[in-house]
Amino acid sequence: MRLTCPHCGARDRREFTYHGPASLLDRPAPDAGEAAWNAYLHLRDNPEGESRELWYHEPCRAWAVITRDTRTHAVHGSAAP
Amino acid sequence: MGYSGFRVFWEGLTGNRGWRPVWREPEPKARYKVLVIGGGGHGLSTAYYLARNHGITDVAVLEKGWLGSGNIGRNTTIVRANYFLPGNSEFYSHSLKLWEGLEGELGYNVMHSQRGLINLFHSDGQRDAFVRRGNAMAAQGDDAVLLDREGVRGLLPYLDFEQARFPIHGGLLHPRGGTARHDAVAWGYARAADARGVDLIQNCGVTGIRVENGRVRGVETTRGPIEAESVAIVVAGRTSQVAAMAGLRVPIESHVLQAFVTEGLKPVIDHVVSFGMGHFYISQSDKGGLVFGGDLDFHPSYAQRGNLPMAEHVMEAAMTLMPVIGRAKVVRSWGGIMDMSPDGSPVIDRTDVEGLFLNCGWNYGGFKAVPASGWALAHLIATGAPHESAARFRLDRFRTGRGLMDEEGTGAQHHLH
Repeated sequence: MRLTCPHCGARDRREFTYHGPASLLDRPAPDAGEAAWNAYLHLRDNPEGESRELWYHEPCRAWAVITRDTRTHAVHGSAAP
Repeated sequence: MGYSGFRVFWEGLTGNRGWRPVWREPEPKARYKVLVIGGGGHGLSTAYYLARNHGITDVAVLEKGWLGSGNIGRNTTIVRANYFLPGNSEFYSHSLKLWEGLEGELGYNVMHSQRGLINLFHSDGQRDAFVRRGNAMAAQGDDAVLLDREGVRGLLPYLDFEQARFPIHGGLLHPRGGTARHDAVAWGYARAADARGVDLIQNCGVTGIRVENGRVRGVETTRGPIEAESVAIVVAGRTSQVAAMAGLRVPIESHVLQAFVTEGLKPVIDHVVSFGMGHFYISQSDKGGLVFGGDLDFHPSYAQRGNLPMAEHVMEAAMTLMPVIGRAKVVRSWGGIMDMSPDGSPVIDRTDVEGLFLNCGWNYGGFKAVPASGWALAHLIATGAPHESAARFRLDRFRTGRGLMDEEGTGAQHHLH
C-alpha cells in the first residue's frame, strides 16, 4: 500500500503512522461533558468503504488527512489538515 | 450421528457411503426467543450454551455466509490462559477449563493439543515481568513454569540463542497452553447446538434490526423478517456495521491481522513459541505446516488481506528467532479482520437497547475465548446478569474509565493498540 503525503506525493506505507479517523481534528471543548468526550475518544464510525483518516508522515513530519477505501486499500485523496 | 474408531474403520471399508449431514438446514421461523447474529465460533457456542445450560432451545443462529466462514477459520488456533489482569485472568482460566472437556462435551474431535506454550524473554526486566505474570497465573489456579536459558534450550534447541539484539534469557512455560483445530470447533458446536434444537440458518444476512420504544423486536434478513425477544450481535470484525443497524456506535476499529503457513514439514516445533519482542509466534499444525503470525498492519481494513511491510517484518522476526525456518517455503498467507477495542480487551454486555446484547472486541485473541464467551453471553441473555467470569467485560468501561483492562500496559486508546 502506498499513501499520499500532501507535501511529498505518493510514498511507501512504512513512512506513515495511522492515528485515527479525521474526526479527531474536531476536539470537543474541555467542558463539553462526558458523552461528547466518550464519543470523541472511544466511539468510532469504523466505516467499511470510504474512510477519512489522520496519518502522520514521519520523514516530513506533517499530518495528512487521507481518504482511503478500507475494503480495497485504494487511496482517493490526501490533504493537509 | 456418533463417531468412533470402529465407525471410521467400517466406513473406510464400505466406501464412506454412510456419512450424513450433521446438522439440519431449516427454514427460518417467523419468531424465536433468541436470535444470535453470526455463525462463527462465538455465536455457535452462545447458541449451544443457551440450550445446554439454560434449556433455551427456541434459538436461531443467523449466518450471512456459511457456518464458520469468518475468523474462526482465520486464526492461528492457539489456546492459552496466561493473562495477567483481573477480568481477563479469570475469564481465560474458565475458558481453558472448558476447552479441556470440550471434546467429550461435544462428542467431536477438535484436536485440542496441550503441547505447552513458551513466552521468551530477553532481559532482566522482561524476566521480572514474566515472573510476575507467572505468579498471577499460578494465583489464578493455572500453571506457569519459569525456564532459564538452558531450560528453553532443552525444549527449543533450534532457536538462535546467540542473536545479538534479543539474546534469549529464558521463557515462561504455560504447559496447558496449546492449539486446537479451529474449523472443528465451529463444526462441533454447530452439530451439538443443532442436536439440542437450535436452528442454524446459513446464507441469511441480517439487513436491519427492529427497535421499538427502546426495545429490540427482531431483525430484517435477506430471507425475510424474524421476530425475537432477545438479539445478540456476535459478529467480530463487522460489529460496527451490525450495531449501527440498531443505531449504536461502538468503541471498535476493524484492523487486519495477518498469518502465514509453510509447506508441510516433519515434526520440528513441538510447542507454541511466542517471541514478543519480534511480535512473532509460531506453532506446527498436525498436518506439518508451520503456522505463524505477527502484529496488526496498524490501519483500519476490511480487505481480509494484509500489506507487504508486516509480511516482511514477520519473516524477519522468524529468521531472527530461528534461522532454520529459512529453508521452509511459505505457501499461504491471509488476513482476518479484528475488532480492536481501546484497551485491547473484549465486551460481553447489554446495550442501551433492551434485549439487544453485544459480544465484540476480541482483538487478537478471540479463538481461545470461544467456549467461555458463549458460556458468558448465554448466561447474560438467559438470566439477565453477567456471568462471574465475564463480569468485567463491560461496554461502559471506556466512558466511565472504571475497570479498563489494558493487558499490554500501553494505554486505553485506540491508536495505542
